Amino acid sequence: MIEIRNISKSFNDKAVLKDVTFTINKGECVSIIGQSGIGKSVLLKSIIGLLEIDTGSITVDGINLSSISFQSLQNLRAKFGMVFQFGALFDSMTVKENIGLALQRRMKVDKLEIDAIIMKSLEEVNMKETYDKMPSELSGGMKKRVGIARAIALSPEYMLYDEPTTGLDPIMTDSINKLISKFHKKGSATSVIVTHEMKTVKDVAQRVIMLYDGRVQFDGSTEDFFHSEDPIVKAFLNGDSTYKQEKEIV
Amino acid sequence: MLKTFRSFRNWPIYLNTLPDHLMTLGVSAIPIVILTGLFTGMVTSVQAAYQFESGFIPTWYVGGIVGEAVFLELGPMITGLVMTGRVGATIAAEIGTMRVSEQIDALETLSFDPISFLIMPRILASAIMFPVMVVMADLFGILGGYIGAISSMEVTAFDFVRGLKDWFHPWDAIFGIIKAFAFGITITSIACYFGYYTTGGAQGVGKTTTTTVVVSCLAILILDYVLAALLL
Repeated sequence: MIEIRNISKSFNDKAVLKDVTFTINKGECVSIIGQSGIGKSVLLKSIIGLLEIDTGSITVDGINLSSISFQSLQNLRAKFGMVFQFGALFDSMTVKENIGLALQRRMKVDKLEIDAIIMKSLEEVNMKETYDKMPSELSGGMKKRVGIARAIALSPEYMLYDEPTTGLDPIMTDSINKLISKFHKKGSATSVIVTHEMKTVKDVAQRVIMLYDGRVQFDGSTEDFFHSEDPIVKAFLNGDSTYKQEKEIV
Repeated sequence: MLKTFRSFRNWPIYLNTLPDHLMTLGVSAIPIVILTGLFTGMVTSVQAAYQFESGFIPTWYVGGIVGEAVFLELGPMITGLVMTGRVGATIAAEIGTMRVSEQIDALETLSFDPISFLIMPRILASAIMFPVMVVMADLFGILGGYIGAISSMEVTAFDFVRGLKDWFHPWDAIFGIIKAFAFGITITSIACYFGYYTTGGAQGVGKTTTTTVVVSCLAILILDYVLAALLL
């Protein structure tokens, strides 16, 4: 379970997150949405301890991230898999080495077994033929798939996706959405997806948390989100940019 | 820096990346070190010959002058400056690119300590390879000095070696190696530091690389003076 309590985060006096509170239960598939630059990725990176929060607390399975040592944080991160917006594949390594890097370190198994896990992960994302390719030889969508393969190879308890479908064509978006759903159901991992793609929210998420002006504006089921009468939610769903402007003028 | 030293305990896990860094930072730089060493020695000889035109200084002194200049200053310093451009800029650009493309974040999410994984092996590789590079620069500097001497003034091989032997103090060569060790750690630490804290995309990486080269050059000039003042 991930518990986020009253967290705030600022960059150079600009408050990005202001008193954000919510809980993500085990096995849930939650989508965190909001406008670009609202702090969704900051929130996701804070959950895994890549960014330090200014105030509040983030607790994962009862462990408060702010009060643990670097070594303990590394151990806690073993529960997580993270898929980055642009894949974040190590560009000096082949696809196989990218996936195998953490496996070699974390799993005390022989090379043959590691190779088998790598190939199985690549097969899951239909990227088996790319195992000896360098990241520079892959398209944006392929990089994201390999990024997913790298994360699922470690069988994490929590999967964090940072804009997994942004910038992809509709077919590739659908393909990635199906992969996320597949791993969520199959691996019974808790999934947290940061996105502003409504198709991803509709197809994948069970619950939606919408951030607005650094705070949680909506927290509820996906169905309730799409039928919400909240003017800010409605403006977001309709892509209505005038709402914010009117509010600012008032 | 504190984080770097704290990561010493994780060394055994990450030492398997050391051979790659020894190759990248050291072995692949050998041709440029040989070339700079050779021409530095040659130009030292030619300029010494120009000074000797008055006839008051015996020509056999040239071996001694080249030896002292190369061992004490030119070998380590020219190698340091060349390696700043080659190794410092490469490390800063590599780590900077990893930072802006979230590869360092990815390493952390995979439970790697990026300091131990990225920085320590590079510093260690430089600490090992810079003295080796300087020894090579010294040897080829002397060879270049010899070629320059016999081609630009009337000095025999015997005279050149006589001057070299008469003026040679083992401490001079050891001092050059100590400087190389210090330069290696300094250049790599500066490059890793600026690379690790890169912000701002491709432009940020460019800025990081430039800053690294400028700061490293200044740092080794200052360090050169400090070490000379302390050890000579």
